Amino acid sequence: MTIGRILAKRAALSLLTLGLLSAMVFAGGQLLPGDVARAILGPLADAGAVANLDRQLGLDRPALLQYWDWIAHFATGDLGRSYSYRAPVAPFIVSALEHSVKLGAVAFALVVPLGIAGGVWSALHAGRLIDRLIGLIGLSATILPEFVTGIVLIMIFGIWLKILPIAANWPPGAGLTTQLHYLLLPSLPLVLVLFGYLAKMARAGTIEALAADYTRTAVLKGLKPHTVLWRHVLRNALLPTITVTATQLGYLMGGLVVVETLFRYPGIGSLIYAAARDRDFPMLEAGVLIVGVIYTLAGLLADTLHALLNPRIRLGETE
Amino acid sequence: MRTRWHLLLRSGTFGTGAAIVAFWIGCAVCGRYIVPFDPFEDDILNALAAPSRAHWFGTDQLGRDVLSRVIVGARDILLVAPLATALGVALGVVLGLVTGYFRGLIDDVVGRVIDALLALPLVIIALLALTAIGTSTWTVIVVIGIVFTPLVARTVRAAVLSERNLDYVAAARLRNEHAVYILFAEILPNVVPPVVVEASVRLGYAIFTVATLSFIGFGIQPPSPDWGLAVSESYGLLDGGIWWPVLFNTLAVASLVIGVNLAADGIQSVVDA
Repeated sequence: MTIGRILAKRAALSLLTLGLLSAMVFAGGQLLPGDVARAILGPLADAGAVANLDRQLGLDRPALLQYWDWIAHFATGDLGRSYSYRAPVAPFIVSALEHSVKLGAVAFALVVPLGIAGGVWSALHAGRLIDRLIGLIGLSATILPEFVTGIVLIMIFGIWLKILPIAANWPPGAGLTTQLHYLLLPSLPLVLVLFGYLAKMARAGTIEALAADYTRTAVLKGLKPHTVLWRHVLRNALLPTITVTATQLGYLMGGLVVVETLFRYPGIGSLIYAAARDRDFPMLEAGVLIVGVIYTLAGLLADTLHALLNPRIRLGETE
Repeated sequence: MRTRWHLLLRSGTFGTGAAIVAFWIGCAVCGRYIVPFDPFEDDILNALAAPSRAHWFGTDQLGRDVLSRVIVGARDILLVAPLATALGVALGVVLGLVTGYFRGLIDDVVGRVIDALLALPLVIIALLALTAIGTSTWTVIVVIGIVFTPLVARTVRAAVLSERNLDYVAAARLRNEHAVYILFAEILPNVVPPVVVEASVRLGYAIFTVATLSFIGFGIQPPSPDWGLAVSESYGLLDGGIWWPVLFNTLAVASLVIGVNLAADGIQSVVDA
């Protein structure tokens, strides 16, 4: 199969996944007890007004039609109206996404080099103390819930050492460095969760590449160790790591709910959390579906990168 | 099987993890009888007292003894997480056996639904589902169990795929055994090891998820002394230098998560050996 066909097939599957996901999210909304119009108008409104608003909102129509309507609007950028704010959802989502992208970018900028360096370092010292230490740190950081690592980090850097602010709300008009200063602490729990996966992948890839015949050939023909490492080992070793990195983008979104709540940061995670707490279902549905879209796109990106970077696939050979 | 038990009991990783988990199970079961104070009794005049000789871990915002609450706080999470895991494993085993054995349309459909479910982080699915059906101990168990079902099913399905073409399955089929018999009496006993590994890993995730959900207010509800809940009720006090209710509950969550994961790791390496 050529690369185009592989990616086309992968994209079609992603679309199908998103379709199913949206149906599940919509079904969640249908399960919500109580009446939407009643929720908007409050408990004191009379039954006639409630029925009227139900009709205006189109909520008296069959579920399938409502679903289609919701999806069609969603696709054109109309994400619905929030119950809590009585305003369109879209601007809230856009602003929240902007914040989350900043936080995610800081986390990624830290974790990708750290994880790869840690994994490669581990592999080059496989079996020694440093390898076991990195493995242990990676494993414990990955399995601990983000609020646990977050609290510990707040206590160390925010309360004890007092070098980093413990809430991520920078003063209005703050410059880039100030923003980074505020984002450093919230990004660390995310870094910790991702570090273990990345280091593990980078380590496995490097160990495999070190044992491969082409590495032996490169060493035997007298190349400098430095050249062997960069041109032969890492090029092959980091391919799976890059794929995993893109997939981690999706996992990041789960962590954002907790981290943004903990650090009172107005991103997509705290938007979803607040919507769930206030039972603001249109906001919740839109937020969750956006996360699903990003997650699926991240998977697609991972596969595309993998295909582009892997000459066996890029040149159309069968694997 | 006997040698596996031997290996497991000799594994230091498993031993350490199991000891930590056993400690907390002991606290969950007998905690009520060993606590120095009543974990539910307020003592407002003595609220937020720093750790002292009388209150080793200090008191919380209602003056309740933090040490006593940490000890009995193990109970709810050790009830909810294993039940959710058991539900997910039970349903997942059935689904995995059926999809792996029959393949075809069911397999394809279930596979796509699993992909869609996996397109969201667990915490977000749980938030969505719990908002839709309401938060209670039972809904948390059911939601986590249902989310785990396809994940367990995927593992079981993979194991069944390599079993279904073996001779003993063909023999059972030729004996004209009923499919239910073949699935549960012939194939199931042979896929137990991967199921045990999967269950232990899932338990780690279940504890992670229950603690996280409790922390954001969608898990175990007040007045439970649950750790995640206690952290969410008191982390706002950190600004004011009140660290004890937060720290000890956080450490309790961390130790339980690490214990379960160490035990799971030990089980996995023994099964893989």
